[in-house]
Amino acid sequence: MKRLIIPTLLALLVAGCSSTPDTAEQTGAPVDSRGANDGKIATVTAGNMDSRKLPPELTDPKNILSKRSVYFDYDKFDIKAEYKDLVAAHAKFLNNNRQFKMLIQGNTDERGSREYNLALGQKRADAIKKQLVLLGAREEQVESVSLGEEKPKNPGQNEAAWAENRRGDMLYSGEF
Amino acid sequence: MFRPSLSLRGLSLIACSVLAFSMLSTTPANAELTIEITGAGANRIPVAIADFGGEPGSSRALTSVVRGDLEHSGLFRMIDTTGVAITETTSPAYADWKNRGADALAAGSIGPSGDGRQEARFRLYDVTRQAPLGGAAFVTSSAMLRAAGHRIADVIYEKLTGEPGVFSTRIAYVVKSGPALYELHIADSDGQNAQAALKSREPIISPTWSPDGTRLAYVSFENKKPVIYVHSLASGQRIVVANFKGSNSAPAWSPDGRKLAVTLSKDGGSQIFTINADGSGVQRLTTNSGINTEPFFAPDGQTIYFTSDRGGSPQIYRTSLNGGDVQRVTFEGSYNVSPRISADGKTMAFISRRENGFRLAVMDLASRQVQILTDSFKDESPSFAPNSRMILIATEIGGRGVLSAVSVDGRIKQRLSIPAGDVREPAWGPYLR
Repeated sequence: MKRLIIPTLLALLVAGCSSTPDTAEQTGAPVDSRGANDGKIATVTAGNMDSRKLPPELTDPKNILSKRSVYFDYDKFDIKAEYKDLVAAHAKFLNNNRQFKMLIQGNTDERGSREYNLALGQKRADAIKKQLVLLGAREEQVESVSLGEEKPKNPGQNEAAWAENRRGDMLYSGEF
Repeated sequence: MFRPSLSLRGLSLIACSVLAFSMLSTTPANAELTIEITGAGANRIPVAIADFGGEPGSSRALTSVVRGDLEHSGLFRMIDTTGVAITETTSPAYADWKNRGADALAAGSIGPSGDGRQEARFRLYDVTRQAPLGGAAFVTSSAMLRAAGHRIADVIYEKLTGEPGVFSTRIAYVVKSGPALYELHIADSDGQNAQAALKSREPIISPTWSPDGTRLAYVSFENKKPVIYVHSLASGQRIVVANFKGSNSAPAWSPDGRKLAVTLSKDGGSQIFTINADGSGVQRLTTNSGINTEPFFAPDGQTIYFTSDRGGSPQIYRTSLNGGDVQRVTFEGSYNVSPRISADGKTMAFISRRENGFRLAVMDLASRQVQILTDSFKDESPSFAPNSRMILIATEIGGRGVLSAVSVDGRIKQRLSIPAGDVREPAWGPYLR
């Protein structure tokens, strides 16, 4: 169990937080002791900006691997036939690139209980993970989590918006 | 302690429907809740609250808190006291107050307590029976004047309704401003003195008060996934209670404040576990492979109510901590979620989907009778007042999140909103100790 104790500067920490909760991995800005008159500026990157660059095959719009979202029907968590190839392609990539890790974020539309939707989003993320592992990804390469209804891609209150929000996103290290 | 008095004529009729919030005074702050009564008790008690005696600024502030609390409870009607200058030492002119239509009268004053602070004193009278109902004195600093007013209103409320008042309690809620600013606020029950306990760029959901009112457990997404924290309000110290692989959510305190029931997906599916408030001692409670979430401890500390889709649709179930049978609790409708049990153990509040709206419902646990209390389309996250008589919910009006307090009989409704923000995820705190 990781523990985090933040006695002060809470707002600052939280506002700037986008990385891991492990205090050991939180580092301050580097201090340059040679003085400021040589014009050098130390650049500090927050979060995962400095993570490894994704290979082109994951970002080339013509490659199926650039697609990361699986859409679901209302109150459903089964992967529809049209997304089977997409999930299979990512399973193959993970199988061939063991150094990559993936975070699957499950999402739901806004209707109903926030906590129930969190569990529903988890079910969607779990369904994608199960399929990935079945097709060759390693269990430890993939973490499935849920954002429930909290991070809608489309904030609208209509069926088109909701359909966009019933979704699982497959993110690689460096993208979350 | 005062013994509740139900001696006022006609009061027993409404003694069972109770109250909560009060009114906004004058503090200018951009993120304070404003309260609006949208439904009141059928028979409001006519009460005269005479202007408190003493230094004009303090006494005016005190008087307005007491009146505001009582009036906004929906249970009292204020009788005009213009031109009257009396205090707790004045013999009440019962006949005059009867002529003004008052059933009860309170008079008091505020003055130096001798130790540099101030003392607020008052007495309450039954005008109809021409008899004193008792009184109280509260020593307070100037900064805590409002708190003294809430305490006085609590005493008056209890004397006249037979139920403890909750004016002195606090509430927590989340305000979303713009696309990416979330603040966990703590405010007095009347929406005043709002302070941010946490600010984040990522969502915060499911805040819930420890039974002693010193800590909040909640779910924060600041690490791109749901993680459960316990946050000490006075120090700002936070402990990560559950950050296992997968999602960690839906914290609920045990009545003794030592444990939390939580939902974890670490073993697959969403399962309910109990965990010590310091993150140790994880024990799995549910084994069904589907969704099991939104645990809530009954006041006995042994029974856990929760939501599960094991029967094909989300319904409320209950089980025992020592591994007893799982019993289904809700049967009407295809979507019943978010169970919360009142502190007296008699009522379950939950959200039920009816005619495509998500509405606040209550179940009398003895008779299993269900009553739908609102006609909303998006009620969420019910939270009982510690006197078991009001339920705070999040709902949506005109596309914006607001809070609403609804009495368990559905008669009294108050709306709390913040002009520029989306308010959601309310949690009503315990009595102050």
